[in-house]
Amino acid sequence: MSLAESAGAGQPVPAIEGVGISRAFGGVRAVQDASFAALAGEVHALVGENGAGKSTLIKILGGRIRPDAGQVRVRGAAVLLNSPHDAHRLGAWTVFQELTLLPAMTVAENLLLGREPRGRLGLIDRRAMERDGEAMLAGLGIHHIDPLALVQDLPLAERQIVEIVRAITQDPSILFLDEPTSSLMEREVAWLFGQIRRLRAAGTAIVFTSHRWNEIVSIADRITVCRGGTNVGTFTEIGEDEAVTLMTGRRVGSQYPPRPPAPAGETALAVRNLSGEGVHDVSLELRKGEILGIGGLAGHGHRELFFMLFGAQQPTGGEIRLDGKPVRIASPRAAVRTGSGIALVPEDRKTEGLLLAMSVRDNMSLTILSRIASVGVIRQATEQRLCRGIMEMLKVRAAGLASPVGALSGGNQQKVLLGRWLLADCRTLLLYDVTRGVDAATKHEIYELMTRLAGEGRSIMFYSSDAEELAHQAHRVLVLREGRIAAELDGTGLTAEDIVAAAMRDRAA
Amino acid sequence: MAAPQAIATRRPRLAHAMLQSAPLLLSLAMLAASIVVYCAIYLASQHRLPGGFELTSTVNNTMPLAMAAVGQSFVVLTRGIDLSVGGIIDLTNAVAAVAIHDSPASMVGWSLAILAIGALLGLVNGLLVAVGRLQPILVTLATLSIFQGIAIRVLPQPGGAIPDAYGAVLANVDAPISLIYVALLVLGWRVFRRTRLGVSIFAIGNDEPAAAANGIDVRRTKIAAYVLSGTFSAAAGLFLAAAATAGDATTGNSYTLTSIVAIVLGGVSLFGGRGSAVGGIAGAFVTSMIVNILFFSHIDPLYQNFYEGLFLVLAVTAAAGIGHYFRRRA
Ligand SMILES: Nc1ncnc2c1ncn2[C@@H]1O[C@H](COP(=O)(O)OP(=O)(O)OP(=O)(O)O)[C@@H](O)[C@H]1O
Ligand SMILES: [Mg+2]
Repeated sequence: MSLAESAGAGQPVPAIEGVGISRAFGGVRAVQDASFAALAGEVHALVGENGAGKSTLIKILGGRIRPDAGQVRVRGAAVLLNSPHDAHRLGAWTVFQELTLLPAMTVAENLLLGREPRGRLGLIDRRAMERDGEAMLAGLGIHHIDPLALVQDLPLAERQIVEIVRAITQDPSILFLDEPTSSLMEREVAWLFGQIRRLRAAGTAIVFTSHRWNEIVSIADRITVCRGGTNVGTFTEIGEDEAVTLMTGRRVGSQYPPRPPAPAGETALAVRNLSGEGVHDVSLELRKGEILGIGGLAGHGHRELFFMLFGAQQPTGGEIRLDGKPVRIASPRAAVRTGSGIALVPEDRKTEGLLLAMSVRDNMSLTILSRIASVGVIRQATEQRLCRGIMEMLKVRAAGLASPVGALSGGNQQKVLLGRWLLADCRTLLLYDVTRGVDAATKHEIYELMTRLAGEGRSIMFYSSDAEELAHQAHRVLVLREGRIAAELDGTGLTAEDIVAAAMRDRAA
Repeated sequence: MAAPQAIATRRPRLAHAMLQSAPLLLSLAMLAASIVVYCAIYLASQHRLPGGFELTSTVNNTMPLAMAAVGQSFVVLTRGIDLSVGGIIDLTNAVAAVAIHDSPASMVGWSLAILAIGALLGLVNGLLVAVGRLQPILVTLATLSIFQGIAIRVLPQPGGAIPDAYGAVLANVDAPISLIYVALLVLGWRVFRRTRLGVSIFAIGNDEPAAAANGIDVRRTKIAAYVLSGTFSAAAGLFLAAAATAGDATTGNSYTLTSIVAIVLGGVSLFGGRGSAVGGIAGAFVTSMIVNILFFSHIDPLYQNFYEGLFLVLAVTAAAGIGHYFRRRA
């Protein structure tokens, strides 16, 4: 299908358009006089820092929230979107950044929500639902997700895929994908891009956001840069440095910071023959001052390994030694208090880390309350000072320390979680995909921070769904496959391709 | 097109079903266990097994609670709570006592009218919660008192006369026909689960913003849940009237709490979105069995509440423990 019919002077009518859109939350102006248009048959990337207003704009165009001012037009006609349902009727579907699957329902139920197959008496036909769900997944080349599994039992990457499948099987004429790749691995991203290209060829207008520049370059036809809630330019061709400068209003190096020399120091954490659910016979050593990367495809035991080291899941065998002493980490509370302290920044900040309704300050100081309290009462001035320091260091963008974490943009929520463990001053940091959904400038800050923390002698174990990042940041990378260590790769000269190759290599080969 | 990594480890359908309805299966197991204990104690004290009479009276005694528990389930599944259940039972029971006369037209007509009254009272709750955006616990605590007040107004003294024919249908003492109602409730629930409203109720209990983002009408669904709760509470009021062949404007008070106890025993999560009204029915029967067990163990009536509480704690702890064990094994 071609671009939409031309209106007047050869300008195609956009499939969806927002004109002069503004929206504030309390005092925060999330989107301010932003204009944005996506054409049928194009992939239009929306890029900007954390908190630039991308998700808010998408939510407005997707009917999830209403703008304070401005107009939304679909195929040239002004529309009033009171609910996502209104948008759906116009063919506009959205994969929201914070997923909207229903956890205690099955994959098939989620996929067919609102369009359940009906049987006799107009009742939902559960067998047909299973079948249709299976067919939808299989039709898109997905065979590893069980349509009968509960969504809450799936790893984040699979949940993301289900959410994507649900949207693209609606035959959307307009599709918003808000950071759909943040938890996906290369191979899954390639799958998604295949789908995007197919939809684009069929004439769908696709709006895509991501903080990974290589993805933007490889899929976007046009790029709109946002800063401070408004659009600052739309390009068909723009370099990363230029884009980042536009996003931030200042020059930021997009390079990885130089890796500090690999430490030869003592072992901080030693794991011997650790086994349990999803993890088989894993042995590893983490030295003081070392950044140890953990790579591999999602669902191959990374999550379980991290959870075991943090005491959130119990191993069935093996030994964990901290500073040479064997320890049993019975709970996360124990992990934080064991010896020099182990901290975990988990993958799904929405359900595993943050208390969304509580303030930034409360979330940050959660683990140090006993330290900053005198006779059980929290010394507020101390709390305020510590939290403000971290907030500035991590450049958390929020109305204030008192604003609820749930009101922050995705990337800023992640920073708050990281801030909590920096405050807790744990010597061993388990970082599970910490740069997920974090913008380029902040990523750079986090890399620098990791380098600095390692330089101070802290040990960092670091899982990332972005192999590029592991290759550049880690001293060593262990690749997990089916819960076992499949390869140990030295950091110097390592490339993302090496990691991916090690993760995918068949055991037979 | 490159597909994501394929690691096919599928569970068979049955395994999924077992795992996903574990709380329901547990509540049924709990019911079976309580029946066994009851039979044993009955045998020890009466030197014979309980028979048709005991079955009939147990089912008749449990019907009001089973109805209230089903009603409560709708609301709790949306992540709300309905404390006005007791008040609605009081009021509908009182109206039944003063209104129903000994003619088929009166009995049928008033039964329907009273169910409609229950629906209307539920609608009040629903509107306040969904449109007024007030906390369910506050709204229904307030309407509980209001409904109780009106009930006293309608029937100041316990009394009134429920026709025998009415009792013969809803609470027959000669044959356990109430089992038919239990079967209908279970069947009705299974049908309900396959309706749009059923799916919507579970969806908003799962995650309200996510459900809204999926185009589910949160407001209408919540209102419907409270209306259903009111209607089933009214049915409980009718069953109580039929069993007592009279009315009492305070007879429903205890049902607010016991309906919540029943659904928790039945595996319905107070955090919404998880559970089944069938579990609530099982929970209602477990509560009745506990009362029966205490009766036949000749416990001093003064300590009855104490032991009831003790049993409940034990039952819930055991269920939680077993559930936890199986989830870890799965
Ligand atoms: N519901 C809300 N309540 C209060 N503030 C909000 C709410 N939603 C967004 N904001 C604020 O609006 C601003 C823009 O947020 P938005 O989520 O649109 O950013 P974003 O560009 O998507 O960022 P990210 O890349 O981190 O996802 C942020 O400062 C955020 O704190
Ligand atoms: Mg966003």
